[in-house]
This record gives sequence, C-alpha cells and structure tokens, in this order.
Amino acid sequence: MKIGIPKGLFYFKYYPLWKTFFEKLDCGVVTSPTNRKVLDSGVKLCADEACLPVKIYHGHVDSLNGKVDAIFIPRIVSIMKHEYTCPKFLGLPEMIKNSIKVTSRIIDTTVNLRGQHGDLFDFAMETGSIVTKDRYAIMNAFRDGLHEQHEFEKRLKECGDFESALKKDHDRNIPRPEKIAILGHPYVIYDSYINMDIAKKIQREGYSIITPQMIEDDIIRKYASKLPKRHFWTLGRENLGAGLSLLKCTDVKGIIYLSSFCCGIDSLMEDYLERQVARSSNMPYMKLVLDEHTGEAGFNTRLEAFLDMVRWREQNESNVSTHG
Amino acid sequence: MKVTFPHMGETYIALKGFFEDLGVDVVIPPECNKKTLQIGVKYSPETACLPLKVNIGNYVQSIENGADTIVITGSCGPCRFGYYGILEKEILRDMGYDVDMIVFDPPSEDIGRFISRIRKITNNKPVYKVADSLYKGYRIAKELDDMNKMMFAIRPREIKKGEVRRIYGEYQKEIEKAHGTREIFKVIDDNKKKLKDVRIDADRKVLKVGIIGEIYTVIEPFVNLYIEEKLGDMGVEVDRSMNVSEWIETNMFSKLLGFNSERDIDKAAENYLKTAIGGHAKQCIGNAVLYSRKGFDGLIQLLPFSCMPEIVASSILPSVSRNEKIPIMTLVLDELTGESGYITRLEAFVDMLGIRKETKVE
Repeated sequence: MKIGIPKGLFYFKYYPLWKTFFEKLDCGVVTSPTNRKVLDSGVKLCADEACLPVKIYHGHVDSLNGKVDAIFIPRIVSIMKHEYTCPKFLGLPEMIKNSIKVTSRIIDTTVNLRGQHGDLFDFAMETGSIVTKDRYAIMNAFRDGLHEQHEFEKRLKECGDFESALKKDHDRNIPRPEKIAILGHPYVIYDSYINMDIAKKIQREGYSIITPQMIEDDIIRKYASKLPKRHFWTLGRENLGAGLSLLKCTDVKGIIYLSSFCCGIDSLMEDYLERQVARSSNMPYMKLVLDEHTGEAGFNTRLEAFLDMVRWREQNESNVSTHG
Repeated sequence: MKVTFPHMGETYIALKGFFEDLGVDVVIPPECNKKTLQIGVKYSPETACLPLKVNIGNYVQSIENGADTIVITGSCGPCRFGYYGILEKEILRDMGYDVDMIVFDPPSEDIGRFISRIRKITNNKPVYKVADSLYKGYRIAKELDDMNKMMFAIRPREIKKGEVRRIYGEYQKEIEKAHGTREIFKVIDDNKKKLKDVRIDADRKVLKVGIIGEIYTVIEPFVNLYIEEKLGDMGVEVDRSMNVSEWIETNMFSKLLGFNSERDIDKAAENYLKTAIGGHAKQCIGNAVLYSRKGFDGLIQLLPFSCMPEIVASSILPSVSRNEKIPIMTLVLDELTGESGYITRLEAFVDMLGIRKETKVE
C-alpha cells in the first residue's frame, strides 16, 4: 500500500513518527515537494479565508490525489491534556473532503489526548488496522515510530533545522554565540518554502537561530503559565512560553515572530506576547506576516533592516544607563 | 462599583434587568456605532476577529461614562473567544484604563469559581436572590426572542411599509428608561401588543431565509448591518438560527446538568461534520440541514473575517447546499464591509430565490 503524507501542518511535527510507523507496516510513504504549483492549486481549492499553511496543505493533497492508495489526513484534535490544536485542524478532513474530489482513500483517524481517556495507542491501532490485521505488528511499528520521533526531536533540539534533523546530517559545529529567535508554528518556521528560507538568511548574516522546539518543555511551561488563564491552545502556549523565556537570555539578540495571515491563534497570542515584550524588556522584536502574496524582496528588506538594527544596537549602544 | 458589559444584540436588556434587580449600578455602552468600531479597530490586534474589536469600543465608551468593572462570559476553547477576557484587559491596560475585569467561564468548567464571581459583583447577595434574578434575566431574553420572531414575521407582510420600524424605534426609547425586570417586562409586553395591531397582508407570499453562522454576527445588528431589517423590507421572512435565550439554556443550564439540548442539530450535522470543532460550526451545519428540511427558500451564513470554526463550516456548506438542494450564501463581515456592496449581494440573492421559487411552482 502506498500512503501519501501531505507536506504541511503537522507533517512538520510528527513526520518521523508517521513515516516509520507506515514503513514498518510495509507501506510505501510518499510526499510531494512544495512548489509554486502546489501553492496555486491549494489557493484555488481552499476556502478564501483560510491561512496559508492550510491552503498549501490542500495543494499537497491535490498533488498526491490519485497517485497513492491512501492519503493520511489525521484529525488532530488535541496533542496535550486539556488543550486543543486549532479549530481548522479539528475540521481538516471535512475541509479537504468538501473542497477536493479525493479519489484515493482518506485515512482520517482522530488523535485526541484532551480528556482522561485519550490514548495514543488507540489512534495507532485504528490507523494501523487499515493496513494490517496484525495487532502485534502495529504495536511494534508504533513503538519504533515513537522511538524515531524521539531521536528526531533530540536532533531538532540541537540544530533547529527540520530538514537536517530529518536527514540526520545536522552540523555539530559550535554555534555562533549570538542568536536570533524565530517563533511561530512549526509548519511556518520549518517550511522553508513558506518562510522563504529565513533561517538560512539569518545564518548567513552571522547569527545562529533558536526556535521554540530547541527550548526545554518545562521552561516553556513555566513561562507560559504567566498567562492568567489555563492555556487551551498547545501551539499558542509553546510560542508564548518560548518568547517569554527568551527575554532573559543575554545571547538572544532579537526575536522574529513568523505568522501566517489570518492565523487565529497568533492574532491573540502573538499580540499578548508582543505587549509583554514591549512592557518588560528592550528586546528587538519583529512580527512578519506571511500569505500567498508575500513578495520575497520586501520580505528580505524587512529582515535586513531588522538585523542591521540589531547589529548597530550592539556596536553603538554602550548599554550604560543614560540617567546616571 | 459600576458594571458594564459588551453589546451583543439585545442581550444588554436582560443583563440590565438582572443587575438592577440586584442593586448593582450598570453603565450600558452606547448602541454600537461607527465611533465604537473606530476605537476598537485602532487599539485591537489587526487580525483579531470583529467581535473583539467592537467589544473594545464598547468598553472605552462605557468607561468614558463612568464604568469601572467589566463583566463578560468566557469559554475554554478551542475558539478564540476563550482568550478575549485576557487580551482585552491587556489592551485596556496599554490604553491607560485600569478597570476590573470579571470573566464568567461556563459553570460546567468550575462551578465554585463561577459562584464566587457572582458573589463578588453582587456584593454577597443571598444565593436564592441571585438565582431568582438570573432566572428573570433569562425570561427577558426569552421574551425578547419572542418579540423578534414577531417582528420577523410581520415586517415582510405589513401593509403600510415602515410600521414595524416606527414601533421598534419607540420601543427602543422606552426600554432605555425602564429599570429593573418588572418595568422591562412591561415595555416588552406593550410593544408586543402594538406589534399585534399592525395591519398585515396574511396571504402575501414571502420568501423564508434562515440566518446561520457565528453567533455574534447573527445577533448583533450593527455588525451584520441590520440584515434582518433589510431582508424584511425586501419581503423576506427571516429566521435566526441562534439567539440569546438558547445560548443561556445550553451554556448555563444544560451543560451544567450534563445533557445535550442540541441533539437534533448534532444529529443533522452528523453526515457532514463528525466532531464539534469549537465556536458554532457544528450548529451552523446542523441548522443548515434542519432549515432545508423545514422548507426554507435559502440560507445566509454570517461570519466575522478570519473566524476559525466558521471557515471550516463555510467550506462544508457548498456540499450541504448541493445535497440538501438549498441555496446558501456566505457573507464575511469585518470593519471594511461596505454597505452598498452588501445590499447588492442581498438583493441578488433574494431575486435569485424568488425566481427559483417561481420556476419551481410551474
């Protein structure tokens, strides 16, 4: 059985797990490269008001459609207890089914770890049973998948680059001491097509990058709990916690928040973070909003201006208090 | 302590009655207007949804009139509404307003906290008194919904055009002067009597259109550019899929007692959307199916720009429209919505429904 995994959204978080899982069950795993064609067909097929990553996801489904036996579009309701992902991911299989005539089979099993009884193995069993009847093999494949995922996350923590963490060839060179933080959802900050390779651009300017996935979970949790309400968005919590924790790091010289236009989570959580940053620190902070119309030249100009500003600030400002 | 709350259609009347019965000072924000929206747009995050922006405008206008405590309801995801209270407080703080914000999460989330917050704003009034006023507030909401239904039915059938609008205008002036649930009930009752006396052409053939979508845009007339009135004047009988009293029923009573009062809607939506995805997306789909079964001529979906759950609903609705054979139009609302373009779309839709109905009969 050939299974297509659209290269978008939670691909950038769980691809190693899914890939290993299906491969261990003797399935072929296919992905399609992100390019202009995928983007265009996504924009054409998807509801107008959806965000760029969702549109690209539609494009990928369209390009895999018919070429594989099944397309894996899990309904990811929750990946953390008491929390949700985004309403659009909750209804993603329905969005796809009603926008695209999918001829391949759709695997839309549900991941829901929100309540007391949420169990990842149930999800594995349900998904695996579509491929094989052998429960033992499914268990093993999923265990291998989790192991692979764990290893991948370790590598990602070191290098902060999705592709090299995937290929296991991340450079272990000593990182440059000065860092620029890139915040945002995994499917924005690791998709080098959407974000126009921002990480490489920053590295070329002599900084190393730091992403939320490179920060320890308990630190994120600790800082995120400063919000006076229980978090219900996992992705929002991660970015807020990461952003607030970075304010204390002296080696972080600036924060760039990558957001996609009309992202509901970012519209509130990014704003909250921005207000906290402005109020309690003098960390340089920039929000870049991406959509299908974003031109690379304008994007580069803003990035260069930001990095220039960060550099001048280091060189010319003595950081000595001016009021005595 | 002077309490204020954001506008959502006529909800303010029920809340006003509730608070005044308990002896709490209330400041009602001025009816939503251009200025409200301007203030909100200026100080809110750019891509936040429209209700948040209008809320901010409401608060600022109320604070200018002396309010110092804001009361709103909350939720715990996955829709953005759950974080409104927090972010709104931050926005007001950055604007230099230091106000108290009391957020009521649904009682099913944490009943203890819910009660302690009620006690806080009501100055520790005995529980039975609070419960009694709460029930009266709910009854007012119920009466208002009833009155609205009457107006929806009369407006397209009135013989002298504009009669309902005139009566409603008078009522609005009266209700402003009414204090406490007893007076409010009386004003509503008088108004209903007046509405009953409006001369109507009962045989007139009217189109029936259901309004579905996101609750705030369905209920708040300023935001939906008075769609019910506009459609009524075009000779369309409108039905609102959601109203305040039902919202109170599901969120305050049913969920607390643990039963589902929206089973019909859920069942109707089952074929299109299996899980609830937050906001009112599932209700939107379910209501669309139910309306088509009731023989409505068309449906209009309203949503604020960038509303997450309704985007999912809007991509499912074309299938509903195809399978259930009912025309559905989606109208996205935000601060840039122009009135003439909006009217044009409504007119075109209503014309289309009329033609469709005529040809069907033949």
